[in-house]
Amino acid sequence: MQPTLSSEPLVNYKLIKLHLTAASIALLVSMAAGFLYSLQFLGFYPFPGSEMLSPGHIRLFHTNLAAYGWLVNGFTAMTYYAVPRLTGAKVLSDKLGMLIFVVWQFVLVSTLGGFLFNRAQAIEWGETPTGFRPGSFDMNWIPVDAIIVVGAVLLITQFMVPIYKAREQKFYVTLWYFISGFVWLALTYLMGNIIPEWVLPGAAGAAVTGLFIHDLVGLYVTPMGWGLMYFFVPLILKKPIWSHSLSVIGFWGLAFFYPLGGVHHFLISPIPDYVEFGAITTTLAIEVVVTTVVVNFFMTLRGKWSALRTSFAIRWFYAGAVMYFITCLQCAFQVTWMFQKVIHFTDWVVGHAHMIMFGTFTFWLFGVIDWLWPRIVRREWHSTALRAWHFWLSTTGIVVMFFDLMIAGLVHGFMQRELNHWTDIVDMSIPFWWVRTFSGALLLGGLMCGLYNMYATAKSDVEYVEENHLIPATAD
Amino acid sequence: MERFYTLAFVAGIGCFAIAFVLSLVFPWMSLDDYHGMEYQTLEQLAAEPSQSFIDLSTSYPEAFKEAFGEVNPTTYAEALRDGRDIYVGQACWHCHSQYVRVVSNEEQRFGPPSTAQEYENDLNLPHLWGTRRVGPDLAREYGKRTNDWHIAHLINPKNVVPKSVMPSYGYYFNEDGSPKRDGFSLVTYLQWIGTTYKGDPQP
Repeated sequence: MQPTLSSEPLVNYKLIKLHLTAASIALLVSMAAGFLYSLQFLGFYPFPGSEMLSPGHIRLFHTNLAAYGWLVNGFTAMTYYAVPRLTGAKVLSDKLGMLIFVVWQFVLVSTLGGFLFNRAQAIEWGETPTGFRPGSFDMNWIPVDAIIVVGAVLLITQFMVPIYKAREQKFYVTLWYFISGFVWLALTYLMGNIIPEWVLPGAAGAAVTGLFIHDLVGLYVTPMGWGLMYFFVPLILKKPIWSHSLSVIGFWGLAFFYPLGGVHHFLISPIPDYVEFGAITTTLAIEVVVTTVVVNFFMTLRGKWSALRTSFAIRWFYAGAVMYFITCLQCAFQVTWMFQKVIHFTDWVVGHAHMIMFGTFTFWLFGVIDWLWPRIVRREWHSTALRAWHFWLSTTGIVVMFFDLMIAGLVHGFMQRELNHWTDIVDMSIPFWWVRTFSGALLLGGLMCGLYNMYATAKSDVEYVEENHLIPATAD
Repeated sequence: MERFYTLAFVAGIGCFAIAFVLSLVFPWMSLDDYHGMEYQTLEQLAAEPSQSFIDLSTSYPEAFKEAFGEVNPTTYAEALRDGRDIYVGQACWHCHSQYVRVVSNEEQRFGPPSTAQEYENDLNLPHLWGTRRVGPDLAREYGKRTNDWHIAHLINPKNVVPKSVMPSYGYYFNEDGSPKRDGFSLVTYLQWIGTTYKGDPQP
């Protein structure tokens, strides 16, 4: 089967390019912010006397740009490619696409501006300003939360309309994830940003914010990531996904179990125990679901292992899948009370979050970019060596960071339990924080290789030729 | 199973609704009904200005007069609200938790474990439990340190905790160490955290 580029009118490459550019800038700023923040713990923070550029604000830059700048823009770009290809219909409107792009970038800018002026909202990973003073309706900033809802509704309209038009077809698994993922995105955001802010205080509110952090990962990032993997892996490998049945199990398992686990972010807390036990049990069930998906991906690769050598995209995908499995396996342990006693409140969790958000979903997006970027700008990759540097620096960095923070978290947890003086715990952590900063520098270095390569590719004059990039259709 | 409506309504809305009921409505109802909790508004919380707030007004009479005028429930409520806004905006809650668990000897380190009741008030909307402890928990810190300690600590944490990695918040204070309005608010809020717990905070 020869790939064709005749689909050009179907896919709007300009919008993909815009979103990818915005995503790349957001990721660069986000990672630079994370790096700067880590310097605070080593005593080298560069802006010590600045209220606006305080470490707390920089931390909010880091997490919010990673979520709303990098992941949302990145996934949106990929959706612009996948949905028209899967439904055979164009997205609703190119003008709407421009509007969505502008709205989301406005969200980012006004969020960062809000952080500079202490306008963050006290919802973890949803710190985007509400625009109102907490618990009241006195306006003090641009109501970013409301604009995000508008942006999400526009985004949903843009993609759901072509999917809805194609509803008589038999849908491929990617579209299942997109359909429910878009519904979840709207519901999750509304629930997480309104209920704990204005309705439920304290312990009941904590159950909601736990659900929000969890759902943003589980009901937006995960369905988008899995959906894109289900689309791009067979596309690049030129073979169908291994098992249709497993993808059905994976989908319904995610839909049913994933949202039930939210409370596990606040275990052994004043939230009623039976709710915590429910969250723990369903989190264990998610591990089974994840395994079905990972097995499906690896069985698809069977007979095509050489693609790991020949295709950078496949290499990113499967490195990400391995890390995905490790993170989810870790999750199955860390969610139990036995582990929670020790590792909650420590760097273990920070390592876990980086492994899943960077090691998995960012890797998958990098993989898609590696495959898609030359096709968008119609130029051959500027440098294969830089692609390799990007991959290996990122992989080394994230693995080092993961194990470093995991060990730091364990030592912290046990020292806390053994009633060591708090400053001794901080003192113990400092060597680990040095390693973290070093591994962060590796990630940042890798990203710079990747971004420079993207830029140089767009500016290069070597025409892209599809025929040079075919993975042999035969098995190894 | 693969129809548009099934995916949108059963998976999208249905599964979300189940989770909404099980992990949100259930804990809310059982906390509310079973424990019979009472909600406190900011006005109720601030009805009686704290000793710490009064002490600030006598220690720094001029700066305090300029910032808040006099000590009364209204200015105390303002200070609490502003202080909390800074605590949220500066992401203090990302390095300090506000709940004590029943495990890991936390009762011996910090004090009695947290109860649901103590978070039923305006200043826990949203709650500030936090998920990471770079620094210690603050839910049982009230009454353990003086205002002076807090001010010295906020100006430069290394003044009182030599190995601290906490950033300096010196910009909320004047050259002579007297607080600006934000500094007053922040100290007032920090001294307030946990006071809704009815009991001895000592471990």
